[in-house]
Amino acid sequence: MESFGSFRRKFAPWDDPAAKPYIRFENVTKTFGDFTAVNDLSLDVFNREFFALLGASGCGKSTLLRMLAGFEEPTSGRILLDGQDLRGIPPYRRPVNMMFQSYALFPHMTVEGNIAFGLKQDGMAKSEIDARVGEMLKLVKLEQFAKRKPHQLSGGQRQRVALARAVAKRPKVLLLDEPLGALDKKLREETQFELMDLQYKLGLTFMVVTHDQEEAMTMADRIAVMDHGRIMQVATPAEVYEAPASKFVADFIGNVNLLEGAVEKAGSGEVEIAAATQGLTIRADTSKALSSGQNVWFAIRPEKIRIGREKPVDASFNAVEGELWDIAYFGDMTVFHVRLDNGDLIKASSLNAVRKVENPLTYDDRVWVSFDTDAGLVLTA
Amino acid sequence: MNTTWSRFNIASVVLGFAFLYLPIVLLVIYSFNESRLVTVWAGFSTKWYFALFNNRGLMDAAWVTARVGVLSASIATVLGTLAAIALTRYTRFRGRLLFSGMIYAPLVMPEVITGLSLLLLFVAVNFDRGFWTVTLAHITFSMCFVAVVVQSRLVTFDRSLEEAAMDLGAPPVTTFFKITLPVILPAVISGWMLAFTLSLDDLVIASFTSGPGATTLPMKIYSQVRLGVTPEINAICTILIAIVATGVIIASLINKRREVQRIRDEQAAFRI
Amino acid sequence: MQKLITAIAGRLVIVVPYLWLLLFFLVPFFIVLKISFSEVAMAIPAYQPAFDLSQGLAANFEKLKKLSLDNYQWLLDDALYFKAYVSSLTIAAVSTVLTLLVGYPLAYGMARAPSTLRPTLLMLVILPFWTSFLIRVYAWIGILKPEGLLNQFLMWAHVIDTPLTILNTNTAVFIGIVYSYLPFMVLPIYASLEKMDYSLIEAAQDLGCPSFTAFWKITFPLSIPGVVAGCFLVFIPAVGEFVIPDLLGGSQTLMIGKTLWSEFFSNRDWPVSSAVAVVLLVILIVPIVLFQRAQARAQESGK
Repeated sequence: MESFGSFRRKFAPWDDPAAKPYIRFENVTKTFGDFTAVNDLSLDVFNREFFALLGASGCGKSTLLRMLAGFEEPTSGRILLDGQDLRGIPPYRRPVNMMFQSYALFPHMTVEGNIAFGLKQDGMAKSEIDARVGEMLKLVKLEQFAKRKPHQLSGGQRQRVALARAVAKRPKVLLLDEPLGALDKKLREETQFELMDLQYKLGLTFMVVTHDQEEAMTMADRIAVMDHGRIMQVATPAEVYEAPASKFVADFIGNVNLLEGAVEKAGSGEVEIAAATQGLTIRADTSKALSSGQNVWFAIRPEKIRIGREKPVDASFNAVEGELWDIAYFGDMTVFHVRLDNGDLIKASSLNAVRKVENPLTYDDRVWVSFDTDAGLVLTA
Repeated sequence: MNTTWSRFNIASVVLGFAFLYLPIVLLVIYSFNESRLVTVWAGFSTKWYFALFNNRGLMDAAWVTARVGVLSASIATVLGTLAAIALTRYTRFRGRLLFSGMIYAPLVMPEVITGLSLLLLFVAVNFDRGFWTVTLAHITFSMCFVAVVVQSRLVTFDRSLEEAAMDLGAPPVTTFFKITLPVILPAVISGWMLAFTLSLDDLVIASFTSGPGATTLPMKIYSQVRLGVTPEINAICTILIAIVATGVIIASLINKRREVQRIRDEQAAFRI
Repeated sequence: MQKLITAIAGRLVIVVPYLWLLLFFLVPFFIVLKISFSEVAMAIPAYQPAFDLSQGLAANFEKLKKLSLDNYQWLLDDALYFKAYVSSLTIAAVSTVLTLLVGYPLAYGMARAPSTLRPTLLMLVILPFWTSFLIRVYAWIGILKPEGLLNQFLMWAHVIDTPLTILNTNTAVFIGIVYSYLPFMVLPIYASLEKMDYSLIEAAQDLGCPSFTAFWKITFPLSIPGVVAGCFLVFIPAVGEFVIPDLLGGSQTLMIGKTLWSEFFSNRDWPVSSAVAVVLLVILIVPIVLFQRAQARAQESGK
């Protein structure tokens, strides 16, 4: 088993064939009139997993979440939670709670009142409610704001009230709809870690919907990349980035160069591709079974491409010359756009590991870009 | 629009408001006139106000109007709120087009038609005309106004509040009473006030649907106005204007204070 | 159990107001329609029930056959009715134009007022709407009558020597309608002007357009939805107006609301007054439908 990137914790029930899924979507389809929001989708999520649904707006990720919460019923297929079929169970009877994108804090109730609302619905004793509310306020560090109304809180505080309210009932699954969407960038980064911490502490299953790939990559154990109501890939963040299943996923997550070409020689574990870009021969490691003449794409991330003025020692493969067309300086790194002689652009990035560079690359320089045989991925779809 | 206020603009606003308010101001001033001749000023007096309280017929009519107003406004508020919910929440049900038509039509329907048709209904079913028929008629047309006021609030209502309540375990009916109703309450209250004022004002529909013993204040005023302008009518009109103006001004002051408080709270939240 | 309650409550929300409106709004119309087709004699004496379910369906069906168009024939034959309809429409149309002329500058002035002043001005426009319609019309009697305040003022100012006759003329009716319906005109126009982006005017001026031309080419076209809504809101109720022509108008002021009223209360001719109502409704259906369409379109573009 190859492994990609660094991982946070030893937690991979999806690799264990004996593990029972906690949430199970079975061939779920949801249509609104002519529009198919979710299309014959199957998915397993495991207990205590931090799972992210990632996709552009309208890809069906929110619909999936709302079906689990009970606000929508699947048109066909079924959803199981901890072995129980959820069909026909109204939202107020489901052991899941949701944190809304708008937070949906009740404006006429105090912070305490908001957090206690769900507990009161369960008919919990007053003393117990008070204890639980206190515990929740402590958890989100809002003890001194208990008596305030939502409009008397800042955006970050409202977000934490919404979170406390949703976890107060100890749901089997916590659903988070764009939980950080309304926060500014700095606060968002801090809150990401707080959420991960909280999930670990409470031992709950989190299912988060987001369109922000950085957010999904940072927080989630696994990510499902969605498009047009279908799941394109389910994998850990590192796998999604380093081993995308398709052109769509490769292009959707991060930056990528997609080079089209035809298979020249297919061997065991290696392939040689004649790229559409003239004069470029690609040699890449692959475990895919490919046949000669087959049309393929070679996906390679910019940071895995070397760039320099000198011609590589062996320029017969995985190397091509071009003109430096554009430079985007980001501080921590620089992205170079190299224009090949046929007009194609290749992006290469390099880390600015030292402060001073002698004779830096500049516009119109003739440069060579090159990469190793294990730097990219051959994709057939 | 952020702009300069030109002399022309100021003039049109001043003249416009003079036109709107001068007749009412004159009416109020002449209610304090000593002379029986309404248009000749003969000194300040409050005698017409005292005369009012000895006018048995007028007092009875005022009492009828107050009862009709409170009762019809309250029932109309309940029905109108239900109708508003039906219109905003149930986008598809059989006969929805007819339903929305029946909500909007009374808003522009000439009162003579509404009054005549209701009267013919009461006669057709042999219902004795009086207090109850006026009340029923007032409920019918003012519930449509309430529905429109509440509906405009419901349209901007954040549905995720209700979803959040249900998600936290509150069944729909509980959700309505604990979340939806408290949030839209200001609109419901202004709907009630509108319904009450409409009932207080109505002459035409009441004239058609009323019967012996249920003369409302506008009917009484109307029958006296036909006989000529008298200081007593000026006095009762002044009292009515004062009641309504006080109500509206208090309501807007409360609103304004709440708004100021809200802004102050929000600023406080961001200082922390 | 909970589900059952929810389902019942969900039904009630629609069914209760629906039934109420069917019973007290729609059914009465059919009764008006039916009576407008019945014989004059049938409804006199006035308290005889117009139809009786105890007679059974067959008897009522018999009655249906007797439907007559006599009352409508009567409306056609007597020029008075035709004149009243035409005159109602004319008076309403003239008043609507006058209200627009008074209301537009007021709304425009309000929209350009300093933003701190605008809520107060808005409240001042709405306030008269809350005070009794009857009282506001009544207030004009004291002003307009021959020995009234307007004539006193004009004679004191030596503008005129002999009192003008305004009360009990169509002029008084115009004044009354403009006055009473002014808020209905001002509010929609103000709403459309207030949300207008003033930088549009600045852009027009920047592109070389003088202020007055900028008003005609930019401001006014953008306020047209408000103007249209305001005109309908004044015109439609003004056609069927009763109180204003009755109190301010004279014997020569013909308006259909007044005709219906006297037909009903003085002549006690229910079938004819029902026919008058039906025709009035038919006339008003066109502007009402146009108004609803304009509103729907405004809502669409507002989204």
